Amino acid sequence: MQFLAVGKSVIRKEAWEKVTGQAKYTADISSPELLYGVIVTSTCAHGNIKQIDIETARSMPGVRAVITGDYYPILTGSVIKDRPPLASGKVRYYGEPVAVVVADTEAEAAAAALQVKVSYEELPTVNSPAEAIKANAPLLHEFVDQYQKSIPEVYPQANSNVVHHVKIRKGDLNKGWEDAEVVVEGSFTLPMSDHIAMETRNAMAHILSDGKIIIRTSSQAPFPVRKMISEQFGRDLGDVIVHVPLVGGAFGGKASVELEYLAVLASQAVGGRKVIISISREQDIASFPVKIALEARIKLGARRDGTLTAGEYTYLVGTGAYAESGPRMANAMAMSCTGPYKLDNVWCDALCVYTNHTYATAFRGFGHGSMTFAVERMMDKLAAALKMDPVQIRRKNAVKPGDTTPTQVELTESNLGNLQACIDKAETLINWEQGQVQYVGENKILARGVACFWKTSSSPTDALASAVVTFNSDGSANLQVGAVEIGPSTKTTLAQILAEKLSLDISRIHVEMEVDTGHSPHHWKTVASMSTFMVGRAVEEAADDALKQLLSLAAIAMVCAPEDLMVENGRIAYKDNPQEYIEFADIAHGYKHANGSTVGSQVIGRGSFVMPHLSPMDQETGKGKPGPYQTPGAQAVEVELNTADYTYRILKAVTVLDAGRVINPKAAQGLVMGAMSMGLGLATREELVFNQKQELSNTSLRTYKVMHIGQQPEYIVDWVETPNKAGPYGARGLAEHGILGIHAALLNALSKAAGVELDQLPVYAETIWKKVEEGRS
Amino acid sequence: MLQMIDEGLIELNINGETRKVLVRPADTLLFALRERLGLTGAKPGCENGDCGACTILLDGWPVKSCLMLAVEAVGHQITTIEGLENPPIQQAFVEKFAFQCGYCTPGFIMNCQGLINNHPEADEATINEWLQSNICRCTSYQEITAAIKSVLQKNPA
Repeated sequence: MQFLAVGKSVIRKEAWEKVTGQAKYTADISSPELLYGVIVTSTCAHGNIKQIDIETARSMPGVRAVITGDYYPILTGSVIKDRPPLASGKVRYYGEPVAVVVADTEAEAAAAALQVKVSYEELPTVNSPAEAIKANAPLLHEFVDQYQKSIPEVYPQANSNVVHHVKIRKGDLNKGWEDAEVVVEGSFTLPMSDHIAMETRNAMAHILSDGKIIIRTSSQAPFPVRKMISEQFGRDLGDVIVHVPLVGGAFGGKASVELEYLAVLASQAVGGRKVIISISREQDIASFPVKIALEARIKLGARRDGTLTAGEYTYLVGTGAYAESGPRMANAMAMSCTGPYKLDNVWCDALCVYTNHTYATAFRGFGHGSMTFAVERMMDKLAAALKMDPVQIRRKNAVKPGDTTPTQVELTESNLGNLQACIDKAETLINWEQGQVQYVGENKILARGVACFWKTSSSPTDALASAVVTFNSDGSANLQVGAVEIGPSTKTTLAQILAEKLSLDISRIHVEMEVDTGHSPHHWKTVASMSTFMVGRAVEEAADDALKQLLSLAAIAMVCAPEDLMVENGRIAYKDNPQEYIEFADIAHGYKHANGSTVGSQVIGRGSFVMPHLSPMDQETGKGKPGPYQTPGAQAVEVELNTADYTYRILKAVTVLDAGRVINPKAAQGLVMGAMSMGLGLATREELVFNQKQELSNTSLRTYKVMHIGQQPEYIVDWVETPNKAGPYGARGLAEHGILGIHAALLNALSKAAGVELDQLPVYAETIWKKVEEGRS
Repeated sequence: MLQMIDEGLIELNINGETRKVLVRPADTLLFALRERLGLTGAKPGCENGDCGACTILLDGWPVKSCLMLAVEAVGHQITTIEGLENPPIQQAFVEKFAFQCGYCTPGFIMNCQGLINNHPEADEATINEWLQSNICRCTSYQEITAAIKSVLQKNPA
């Protein structure tokens, strides 16, 4: 099939705004009416607040208000309402917001913030997920079972630090162990880390005299912001208007409602005047949500030929001091717990637990990256125990149509894709035939490692997306959607889908970049690599709706039945004589007869989409359908290890994934490469370091290191395209997936090269050296 | 010599124009550009010199505007992303898909432009040395490297 716009590397619609500095993000407006909020944060990781002295701060120049947790005590959270936006009574992590100072200038607010004095009665801390479940562990939340739930499917355990427990019980585990000829076990640790979107979080709010709340924020979730603010402040949904312009990166970190509460509270405290809170990088890391920690234990059973017979998985998900979306990520790990392998006997317990650390929220991969690290290291351990080739054992167990997921969803070619084909391509691209380990010089080992992944979304079962297409009188079209442009070229990809459906040149599709909940059609939120799929379906429906209207107007103009007409290049022509046509421009705002009388009016297409047949996971067995389809893939890394000092250099990183259909190849390739880069950052350097008092010690980009230019390997991306029949033009989500298995592939290679088992992230030269020394002693 | 105790008016030469700007002695150049002149192409990413999102050119050399006081910029030629006149590096960033969210892009482009001006024949090591002062969290850097190389290669030797 020949496509007009789909499958083309269309330049993103906002490209020139972005390379000229004209692109406007949330904090890129200044105005004399603005007041500035600065947050005072906790210096104690766990403690009762004895006293907050705001008097000095309140009397400083320019200060208009100082608010603390007592000002408007509410509890928030997208899964369970356990978090006050400003600490109330006690603090549960270092960096927790305790007060907000509002002043005429940011400098005045910052100066006054230093004068807010808080004293604490220190409490013992919970320092890791494993400590959280110890019998005598200090409790972060004394009444966790009494919090209001935001969704029914969350199961907090009274008098514990366990906020959620999800189970998978599939098949007969005992039979699985009986059938096993080899059993391997492993445990894995991943630290908390941070999203480090280049645009730090910021939000602006004001309240009109009639009660309307107007918010401008850097968010992936304008509609949830509207909903939560409307609930917490008692407004109609329509009386809360949320504007989201371009967002400077998010990676899941801007998918929950955070700073918006503080901006609204700050505005309320100064009579509704407009307040902006732009936080520093230090606060962005320490005070606002980060990536979960994970401690995992896996036990696998297999026959000698490599066939998996049993899998037992325990995932301890450290969500920090508050749940936010931690419980959902525990669900996500459980529902995909086996990795993309056929396993009939599965037992998984995923516990989401509190620790005295910065709380966590969604992070690229939504739990699947951490889970995949553990699973894919295990597959290499199993291969070693069986003396099998790591690629071969994956190929042997790769999930196929007819198999079922851990939540017992039946897999088809359409909803699964073709993992086998991904493995084959990745194997070739990494030159696997040259061997997993090669000695390439004195103290130099070149090693290769592989990993596979799969991911589906963990969306609410009623998550919906909509689109509206309006036509201009020149025949061009405007596309409005509720998805935010956070970077992945989402809106341009959607414009390509519309261009294809309307058979209209992409230059004639105009896309509104800003989302305004007052007029943008609804979208669940811009997360889970689901926007192309969900909004794309809505765009298709909106295009069909518009085309129906165009065809019926054209039929009047061309004196025939709509069925006699076809759409081609922004025109409508007779099927049997394409030389005779009418331009969209002549009917887009109604058709004007020669005598001037007009029939019809502006063509407006509407479409919406909700994923069918999703169901929550059963509390006892996990049975259910959390997501619509899988995106599977295979990854590989080539690394050179110096065995004299254990430094290493990553030479090549490969991802092959089944994208169903690639709508914009260069944009998609960039997403997968960027995700690989982030994954290699997690593998090699990224971690939040808490000291003995659980104070976060690396809150700047000088001490929290990310990948820099020149450190990158050669990135190679290739596709398999097995159509997802539910997706627009067959597309599957792909924006997160490059991150999922790349750290495992690297550690599989390094473990092999160094002859030790590297089961925790990140891996420094020192980590390898210590392991080797341990092995020697 | 400039003497200031509280707020005062200074003159800055920005993008070829002389602009009068009211600043405090402690205001950074980044602050003055963004909050006083509406030149928001330079972005705050860390305000600590670690990320390069606020990079501008000072007398043709890349400088992190968060690490410089506005008063220190008096007497120098400042170029911000808004002052570029369609140099090839912008086109190269577009063609090579060298950005996603776009937040770090003005800083990267200004640094690249400084490199192109000062080392038109820069080799890979020089490119890396220069651009290591900027962070991009969306791309893999492979795209940015491709963009800068495509411009450097077009330059006459």
